[in-house]
Amino acid sequence: MSMLKSSVGRKLTMAVTGAILVLFILGHVLGNMSIFVGPEGINAYAVHLRDLGPLLWVVRLVMLVVFVLHVWFGIQLTLENRAARPVDYQQKKNLVTTFAAKTMIVSGLVLLAFVIYHVLHFTLHVGVDNVDQLAKAYMGEHFDVYTMVVTGFGKAINVLVYVAAMILLFFHVSHGFQSFLQTLGLSNECVQPKYQAVGKFLALVVSIGFISIPVLIMVGIVKL
Amino acid sequence: MSEKTMNLTLYVWRQANAKAPGKMERYEAKGISPDMSFLEMLDVTNEQLIKQGIEPIVFDHDCREGICGMCSQVINGVPHGPEELVTVCQLHMRRFNDGDTIFIEPWRSKAFPIEKDLMVDRGAFDRIMQAYGYTSITCGGAPDANDHPIPKWQLDRAMDAAECIGCGACVAACPNASGMLFTAAKVAHLNMLPQGKPEGARRVKAMIAAHDLEGFGNCTNHYECEAACPKGVKTAFISYLNKELIKALPKGAQD
Repeated sequence: MSMLKSSVGRKLTMAVTGAILVLFILGHVLGNMSIFVGPEGINAYAVHLRDLGPLLWVVRLVMLVVFVLHVWFGIQLTLENRAARPVDYQQKKNLVTTFAAKTMIVSGLVLLAFVIYHVLHFTLHVGVDNVDQLAKAYMGEHFDVYTMVVTGFGKAINVLVYVAAMILLFFHVSHGFQSFLQTLGLSNECVQPKYQAVGKFLALVVSIGFISIPVLIMVGIVKL
Repeated sequence: MSEKTMNLTLYVWRQANAKAPGKMERYEAKGISPDMSFLEMLDVTNEQLIKQGIEPIVFDHDCREGICGMCSQVINGVPHGPEELVTVCQLHMRRFNDGDTIFIEPWRSKAFPIEKDLMVDRGAFDRIMQAYGYTSITCGGAPDANDHPIPKWQLDRAMDAAECIGCGACVAACPNASGMLFTAAKVAHLNMLPQGKPEGARRVKAMIAAHDLEGFGNCTNHYECEAACPKGVKTAFISYLNKELIKALPKGAQD
């Protein structure tokens, strides 16, 4: 299995882990949409998730392994790629590559920082006001996610961080989607432009879905 | 034939040997005909440099028919210059204007050490070919046409991959200095044909391993290689290479 450590082997790992992460964020954004139903929407969704019990921890563990692999190989491959051209061109014109493709490591590292911030913020409740009160606020026994999110996005700095991160997510996924299909050997010159278009569309839908929450809270459409 | 000639300013990478540091030097190229090829322009410039007592610019060339792939020059930031689907000998000075400034650099990759000025050592490609860029069966004499029952489209596809002349423009253009388009083209043109298919799994593993060993970067799907390729080899072959590796992964060394 040493071929899994080859350049193409690690590229396959990047593609498969990336696809799992995209599936996760698709589920995440769909789940988040329950906030537009109102407090009982997202709070019931949160209770259902917690009711999964051990299964929730299995999913969390798998996601952690997938995430660490994706980040680790991403950094490793980027360092190798930089080392492959020790003396740079005085002049170099790129003809077809995209902004998204060129900045994968930047968008990736910022998203890594964001994910850590996001888990600290909404999962571990670091910096959330009145955690003790929220803990039993939903139906007298469950955590009130709705109030936490709405008050959290009352702060402009949080809105800014989340919106900026989701714009980067758009670029990351828009390159990642077509890259995944190319890497799995499912691409050719006829379908490649279509993959790129579908990837952009998917990335746009996901990022707009995520961004809609802080923005609609900020403008006061979603409120306590 | 145009009588008008051009004067150009050239910035050329000068480097004494693989270990020495290099730098861009400025030269004037005078009396260049628009009908000259880019290599002929360099020939004329070198004559002018010799008269000035300057060491001529070393550049690689062989066939000057667009098929040998020796001319490892990045011209104004693009491998083989601004003309699509050609090598440097097929790029003509009519693509430039009088008074233009032209930057000329060698391929830049750890796997292609610069021997001198614009001449690089593409031996890394030879070693990828030595790894499994062949079929080990004895083929005998040239087979008769249509001897092998193979669909026309499949033959054409293999021939599209076989167009690769091993010039290294894919490596030069790649933001990661990856040689994946070359490796993919060579794997594809053999694995797609009946003669190469039986050893397909071994071949794809051996050639990828050899590619990695040479210090090329990894492919991250920028597709710059395809845009720079003088023979129009498509990145679809890289997708094919990836698929061949996926199929080969569960197989043992004897398959």
